[in-house]
Amino acid sequence: MNHLDRALHELQAFDDIAARDTPLTRHDPRAKLLVTLCFVLTVVSFDRYSVAALLPLALFPAVLSAQAEMPARMHWRALLLASPFVLMVGLANPLLDRTPMLAVAGLQISGGWVSCAAILLRFALCLSAALVLIGGTGMHALCAALAQLGAPRVFTVQLLFLHRYLFVLAAEALRMSRAQQLRAVSGRRMGLALYAALTGQLLLRAVDRARRVHQAMLARGFDGDLRLIHRAHWQRRDSVFAAAWCAYFLLARVVDLPQALGHHATGTGWS
Amino acid sequence: MKVAQPDAAQPGEPGARAGAAIEICGLTHSYPDGTAALRGVDLRVAPGEALAIVGANGAGKSTLLLHLNGLLLPGSGNVRVADLLIENGTRAGPSPSTLRELRRRVGFMFQDADDQLFMPNVQDDVAFGPLNLGLSEPQVQHRVQAALAAVGAAALAARSTHRLSGGEKRAVALAGVLAMTPSVLVLDEPSAGLDPASRRTLIELLRGLPQTRVVATHDLLLALDLCPRVVMLHEGRVLADGPTQALFADEALLQRCHLELPHVTAASATGLR
Repeated sequence: MNHLDRALHELQAFDDIAARDTPLTRHDPRAKLLVTLCFVLTVVSFDRYSVAALLPLALFPAVLSAQAEMPARMHWRALLLASPFVLMVGLANPLLDRTPMLAVAGLQISGGWVSCAAILLRFALCLSAALVLIGGTGMHALCAALAQLGAPRVFTVQLLFLHRYLFVLAAEALRMSRAQQLRAVSGRRMGLALYAALTGQLLLRAVDRARRVHQAMLARGFDGDLRLIHRAHWQRRDSVFAAAWCAYFLLARVVDLPQALGHHATGTGWS
Repeated sequence: MKVAQPDAAQPGEPGARAGAAIEICGLTHSYPDGTAALRGVDLRVAPGEALAIVGANGAGKSTLLLHLNGLLLPGSGNVRVADLLIENGTRAGPSPSTLRELRRRVGFMFQDADDQLFMPNVQDDVAFGPLNLGLSEPQVQHRVQAALAAVGAAALAARSTHRLSGGEKRAVALAGVLAMTPSVLVLDEPSAGLDPASRRTLIELLRGLPQTRVVATHDLLLALDLCPRVVMLHEGRVLADGPTQALFADEALLQRCHLELPHVTAASATGLR
């Protein structure tokens, strides 16, 4: 199985998880979307040197991941795949901010390293929450929820089609890649020129596909407005779910829970 | 060579003038690059008739079909489908209301089911057309269930469209078309890429439909199985129009259209002469 095959397989795995009947999938997608949005806002509202105070928020993706019965392996792979981008941003901080901030076992740690850790932690928390949201809801239900919550139609429609045709284009790219491999007798890696040619071909095929899809949409009465069936109905349990998590986020934001627990454990007071 | 002129058809027979489901007169179409795809096509299809359109690649089959749903407009001539006239009268073409009504009455199934299944799951894809017709959600749900049941795909309702097999995709694409309750079905290469069992299922399914069916295909066995009448297109013109078995028994005609019957079937078709 090559990289593209594996990527396609993993993408499909998210849909399979979302299609299962789990405690998380039973909630209204709007509730999950709103709670995740509150979670992300809470995470980004902490100051740049907050690390320990962010840790209690890891409970949210952990609990939801368990509720969605999402394999941890999927989670870690997605985090690893996206981590180089964040590492590039985070690792610039120790170079720019060298102010000593704390000492651990006699070792001075600069503010840059602390803020780097904070960036990585925030990234892991937000991405985990987003992964669980997609795995526990499904892209289609998520787009329908966005539309119901008043997100611009053009955005939800683009997102829906992006998700649908990602698979078609990935399969197309896979076929092209196989055709290239079958004729690559020298066993040399693909050069930049070949990459460019294949990407260009893929783009042309995508344009051609888009034209045919548009024709198929017109043939079934499409007039520019995408109408969706809204199956979800907000229930009391969704209100409880949203309220409980938002209250927890507020608590974690207002009270430094690790510090409070530390004080409680050591018997010292805290203010 | 025209084996049987449509005008020769008797009232009540396939191709009869009165109450035609489809009537095409002098249809021409050229693409922007100058390729003349249709060069004066005349055709009449009776209500409930199953008509096969066969021809080599580039003969104009798909171009002809795209005119039946208003996806292409005539260069000259006119097309009357399900009592709606489409002609090259104005630069803007038919009014939006005419096109909307045309697309309600004429269901179009594309060659590549992936082009047609654009919604992420089966239920939503089948609901796409009925929702565009402005039906209420309960009505849409009813139509979706009925259409999926009609193609034997009720169990697929909750599945993601990209996880379906080729045969399932084809069945769901057909359900999406049937959910709009069209009176005319236009099918472009419906059996392309299907395994023999899925192909057989599709043929049986199409055979049982009451709508007028126009099928463009290279699959001459499907044409033989499903359509009593066939039109052979060659370089944008109708080369022959008549009973399928009779035309398929004419080897010279098949050769001229760059067509070939599978060996065993060719022998049996010859035996029918």
